[in-house]
Amino acid sequence: MAFFLQNVINALQWGSFYALIALGYSMVYSILMLFNFTHGDIFMTGTYIGFGVATALVALATALSWSMPGWLLLVLTIIIAMFLTSILGVVVERVGYRPLREAPRASAAITGLMIGIMLEYGNLAILGTQRYNFPSIIETATYDVGGVFLTNKKILIVGVALLLMIALHQFIHKTRWGMAMRAMSYDFQVVPLMGVSLNVIAPMTFAIGSALAAAGGILYGMAYPVLDPFMGILLGWKSFVAAILGGRGSILGAALAGFLLGFIEIFTAMVFPSTFRDLIAYSIILLILTFRPYGFFGQAHSAQLRL
Amino acid sequence: MRKLSTVLVLVFSVMLVMVFISCGKKRETIIKIGINAPITGDIPKVGEGSKFAAQMWLEDIEKAGGLQVGDKKYPVALVIEDNESKAESAVKANTKMITEDGVMVIIGPQSSKQAVPAGGVANDYQTPMISPWSTNPDTTKDRPFVFRACFLDPFQGPVAAKFVKEEFGFTRAAVLYDVASDYPKGLAEFFKKAWEEINGPDSVVAYESFTTKDTDFSSQLTKIKDSGAEFLFTPQYYNEVALIVKQAHELGFNNPIIGSDSWGSAETVSLCGEDCYGLFFSTHYAAAGAQGATKEFIDRYQQKHGYVPDDVAALTWDAIRLAQQAIENTGGLTGDVKKDRIAVRDQLAKIKDFAGITGNMTFTEEGDPIKCAVIVRISDQGEYEFYKQVCP
Repeated sequence: MAFFLQNVINALQWGSFYALIALGYSMVYSILMLFNFTHGDIFMTGTYIGFGVATALVALATALSWSMPGWLLLVLTIIIAMFLTSILGVVVERVGYRPLREAPRASAAITGLMIGIMLEYGNLAILGTQRYNFPSIIETATYDVGGVFLTNKKILIVGVALLLMIALHQFIHKTRWGMAMRAMSYDFQVVPLMGVSLNVIAPMTFAIGSALAAAGGILYGMAYPVLDPFMGILLGWKSFVAAILGGRGSILGAALAGFLLGFIEIFTAMVFPSTFRDLIAYSIILLILTFRPYGFFGQAHSAQLRL
Repeated sequence: MRKLSTVLVLVFSVMLVMVFISCGKKRETIIKIGINAPITGDIPKVGEGSKFAAQMWLEDIEKAGGLQVGDKKYPVALVIEDNESKAESAVKANTKMITEDGVMVIIGPQSSKQAVPAGGVANDYQTPMISPWSTNPDTTKDRPFVFRACFLDPFQGPVAAKFVKEEFGFTRAAVLYDVASDYPKGLAEFFKKAWEEINGPDSVVAYESFTTKDTDFSSQLTKIKDSGAEFLFTPQYYNEVALIVKQAHELGFNNPIIGSDSWGSAETVSLCGEDCYGLFFSTHYAAAGAQGATKEFIDRYQQKHGYVPDDVAALTWDAIRLAQQAIENTGGLTGDVKKDRIAVRDQLAKIKDFAGITGNMTFTEEGDPIKCAVIVRISDQGEYEFYKQVCP
């Protein structure tokens, strides 16, 4: 039982990252009908930005001989990094996607891949090949609950991820901006006629998605503290799978599918030899998609209407 | 169409002119040493160590005015190629250095994943290659032109198994390794075999794997903890070591974790921190407490680059000095790089009792040195302490 519960905890943590990144894919898709393949690398850049902010804050606190509690440092790091990364998201939209808005979707998707490569190798060129160690902002405390091992970081990761998802949900359903976004996702050719500009909504979507990715990145850095310029690729692809599985454009679907993906991966590794993990995990997902090709919450007709 | 043909004509004429210019130059024999190292990719610190060691060696040679072979001094040049820590890039790098640059000897690639395929290229082109760090037997097997400067996994696996048995008296082992990389995979297999020979079948209670680039090992480690293993053997590289050890501790696995020579990088401790203190691994040399030429090398390297050189740097230094020795032993170069390569290969195979900074070496038929291994303990200050020596 403890073994099973331990894996549930492992899966919740692992799923949080997929869910947070998948949200970014899903949001951009629902507005622009575009798979933003830069997103995995925005996640990576967000992690590095978080690393830089945390390091700078620690240095600042030391210089001012001001003892900052760990939680405050973490909150500040997350907020500043989310803000900075959202600027990056806006720049990517402005430079990479807006000029191609009338171009075929394939061109825009390829541009996204290209910007991703630029971010990876830009990082490599600027920061060099050295691996960075994400500073441990809060001390790890390990709790033994009847043979199930929890750490304060694991609780924090799942907690913050859920909190962000709820906040996003509230934003989309309770604010005017959120309503504009939903309207835009319904039809981005007619809605602008009613005075909502796509040039406002699209950058906003990118900013929110990137900010979520940055928060995910910081949490990721706390759980897996070795940073790598290429860390976003595989995680990005898999989160993209989660976004598809959840239903293209569905926020709730993306979050749920992210967690589901984490569970499938961890539990196939629990039952089968670990070598078979990805093979079996993604075969299961392929099977699910065979029966639900539009994902859990996706709608078939909306996609056809726009094309 | 017209434009295209104009451009083509221009390009060809420029090429022709260049061919004539290069023919006109008088040829001077430069001894070129190729370095095939992972400057970028998964293990960039390994590439950096190789590069720095090679450059230090070049400084020495340049100070002496060149390399004395027979009665003539030859200028020496390094050709450093990045293999990006990928097998296919290592093959490409070797092919380029041999066919285009005309190198006499290749030092590298470091890890077996690159050295095994790249060794095939060197052997096919009859170019001597010395891998400083590759411990997989396939690197040199049936390849007369391929050598190495370190011991092998069939030796290292049992060394680690015997050490754990003698030191702790454990009977149940767990192994966690990267199934997609030649080095951890090979070593995990040799370790398992040796452990089961000592402790009987089924004494490896968990034999778990993952693939390169994975960062979450929680389900594997949960399995390992659940299996009742008394220790974990994980022959991984430094970035994975930090993640594995931390996650193991977070899951409540506080038994010893044992590593192999891939742990010996200068970055292992800086990434892993206090979680790694007190752990053991088998390796080629221990920097703390070194003497003689080894200490000289360590001091010089540290002064220049600001950190203690890891085993890769020391082994690269030995490998390149082995190459130097072999070139000198030829007694004179013909100027035809193809003939010289064969002469160097023959001299390498004859080297006996070479005094390297990582120990004395004599080559076997296969091109593998006979030398000792050391067990290193990571101290509570995060330094690599010599703990024990294990000889064949």
